[in-house]
Amino acid sequence: MTQDYWNFLFIGLSFAVYIGIAVKSRAASTKEYYTAGGGVSPLANGMATAADWMSAATFISMAGTVAIVGYDASRFLMGWTGGFVLLTVLMVPFLRKFGKATVPDFIGDRYYSRMARGVAVVCAIFICMTYIMGQMRGVGVVFSQLFGIGIPAGVLIGAAIVFVYAGLGGMKGITYTQVAQYCVMAFAYTIPAVFIAIALTNNFIPQLGLIGNYTAGDEVVPFLEKLNNINQEIGFEKYTDGKLATVDIFCITVALMCGTAGLPHVIVRFFTVKNVKAVRTSACWTLAFIAVIYLTAPTIGAFSRVNLIEKLNNTSYKETPQWFKEFEETGQMAWVDKNGDGVIQYYGPLKSEEKTSSPFQGKKPAYPAPNAPKEQRIGKHGERLLISKADMTNPNELWFGNDIMVMANPHMAGLPAWVIGLLMAGCIAAALSTAAGLLLVLSTSISHDLMKKIVKPDLSDKEEVSYARIAAFVALAVAAYFGINPPSAFIAKTVAFAFGLAASSFFPTLLMGIFFKRVNKQGAIAGMVSGIAFTAGYIIYFQFLGGSKEQWLLGISPEGIGSIGMLINFAVTFIVSAFTPAPPQEVQDMVESIRMPDGSDDENSSSAPPVMH
Amino acid sequence: MSDQNPHHNHARYWRKNIVLVFVILAIWFTVSLGSGILFRDWLDANFPKVGNAPFGFWMAQQGAIICFVGLLIGYKFFMNRLENQEGFSSK
Repeated sequence: MTQDYWNFLFIGLSFAVYIGIAVKSRAASTKEYYTAGGGVSPLANGMATAADWMSAATFISMAGTVAIVGYDASRFLMGWTGGFVLLTVLMVPFLRKFGKATVPDFIGDRYYSRMARGVAVVCAIFICMTYIMGQMRGVGVVFSQLFGIGIPAGVLIGAAIVFVYAGLGGMKGITYTQVAQYCVMAFAYTIPAVFIAIALTNNFIPQLGLIGNYTAGDEVVPFLEKLNNINQEIGFEKYTDGKLATVDIFCITVALMCGTAGLPHVIVRFFTVKNVKAVRTSACWTLAFIAVIYLTAPTIGAFSRVNLIEKLNNTSYKETPQWFKEFEETGQMAWVDKNGDGVIQYYGPLKSEEKTSSPFQGKKPAYPAPNAPKEQRIGKHGERLLISKADMTNPNELWFGNDIMVMANPHMAGLPAWVIGLLMAGCIAAALSTAAGLLLVLSTSISHDLMKKIVKPDLSDKEEVSYARIAAFVALAVAAYFGINPPSAFIAKTVAFAFGLAASSFFPTLLMGIFFKRVNKQGAIAGMVSGIAFTAGYIIYFQFLGGSKEQWLLGISPEGIGSIGMLINFAVTFIVSAFTPAPPQEVQDMVESIRMPDGSDDENSSSAPPVMH
Repeated sequence: MSDQNPHHNHARYWRKNIVLVFVILAIWFTVSLGSGILFRDWLDANFPKVGNAPFGFWMAQQGAIICFVGLLIGYKFFMNRLENQEGFSSK
């Protein structure tokens, strides 16, 4: 059976399951649309949240990032899992007890202010929008490879599918679809890792292989030592050492953790379960399911690093495996034969005096037009030629994108075609599940928080759901537009922005709203605005207005500045609150009541599952 | 479940909840930001290796995540016990 056949089989089957589930569990009321009626089991919600959380970028690029930067990638591994501890002990049990459908709902009520709600809505929309653009792009790339169509057509197909089951099915539809998607992702991610672990370390548990011995070579050596040695041999830092300054990696990790705990699309997931007790159980499941993937990512990264170097470095082009030529064809790998010896040489920045390691000038390889004469397209060894000029300041000849590590892994290890088909299906599942979750938060932010609570309070239940569907359609159209015409490097940069913003706005404001009764609306608004303004200003200055590295505040990169923005938010809120009147009594009572668990004899208790209409 | 003096009960419940949260966050900080980043070099040099991996490196890439899952299971267990002790019946 050919590769295409397997791809279509796996993707077709998984799609049939998703659509079937979505149609069966379609939402009929706002409660079902926003929170699936509040009756999802903790286990199912855990799987769904895990699928929602892990985006196409996590699924495809994270292992590649680990492979390339080694220890420094720990910031993502710890940041994106550690945030769930904060989320669980500081946020979601209380917000679930509060019992409303969205995050701006809580901010609007707790700070008794339409303005606070408005600021929260704008943040929620911005955060979700930046995320969903990247997802649409990811779906488009996978579909275009699969069907041999252009990326725009791929994006449109993806958008149509997401609209059908997220726009129509609401939270109830996507929750059960995400359960299926998690299963596909988990298998697709771990099965190749197991095979490769057996091949390289003779251990079928990848996590043990990573700390075990490398057994595929002539002599048995500790695996990480092998990795450090080959990295240093060709001029990279030791794999287990970092290049980032301690203060920078610390701040980035804090920003990612607190940002995670403040992401509205993750928080609302916990509104779908029955009560506060179920929230805690569900959080355990969520993190356990996420850990399955996050504990495997560093192993895939390390294994594929060894595989890549062993298979390609110092190999003459004629003897390279078939997959190298395939990735060359799709432009995800490139070789520039600088010294004309017909052999691939891969070197890191430490081998050149200028500390560069790019084989050509520019960030991505550029190719001659497909109708150019053959001698411009194909080199004398049969390699694909670039029109990018070779960068002669360093000896490195090999280029590859971060994204290909996970995709190339099964090829490098010589795994059967069905594993690759499964991986494709997993990748699409990752992109679709995240896009659907985000789309839902976007559409509820617009229909519920903006239309119902601010613009048109007399909206009926049914009208509100229609508005949500219209909003979903519009949001998706905008996301698809940016998926087709990405503002170049913009998307990658704005993801850091989304976390920084969540860390400097939602996280502190929600936290103080729950734990400090004295914090009032003046404080919260001033805090949110100053936190966001500082973070956004810093990021915009360094990412878009050409600020240089030497000007970084305390050596903190824009990626990590959200943690400072968060401190500013806390400080401003406390100071302003101290000099302005305390919040009204009923707000203080409300805070008191959300702190108490289910079953307390509190009359304003709203812990009962949301009423079905 | 109804209590003679609910306010007293509530205050004690909340205080214990805060203590638990502080303990969990202290461990959380130690295993991740502490072991994985701030004291990593010292731990790499002075702590026994985990398998063949330096201790700090292993904490940063594997150990911290395992501890996080453990922390949440602990949180669930102690909160449920606290609610039973303080007489909040759970449905």
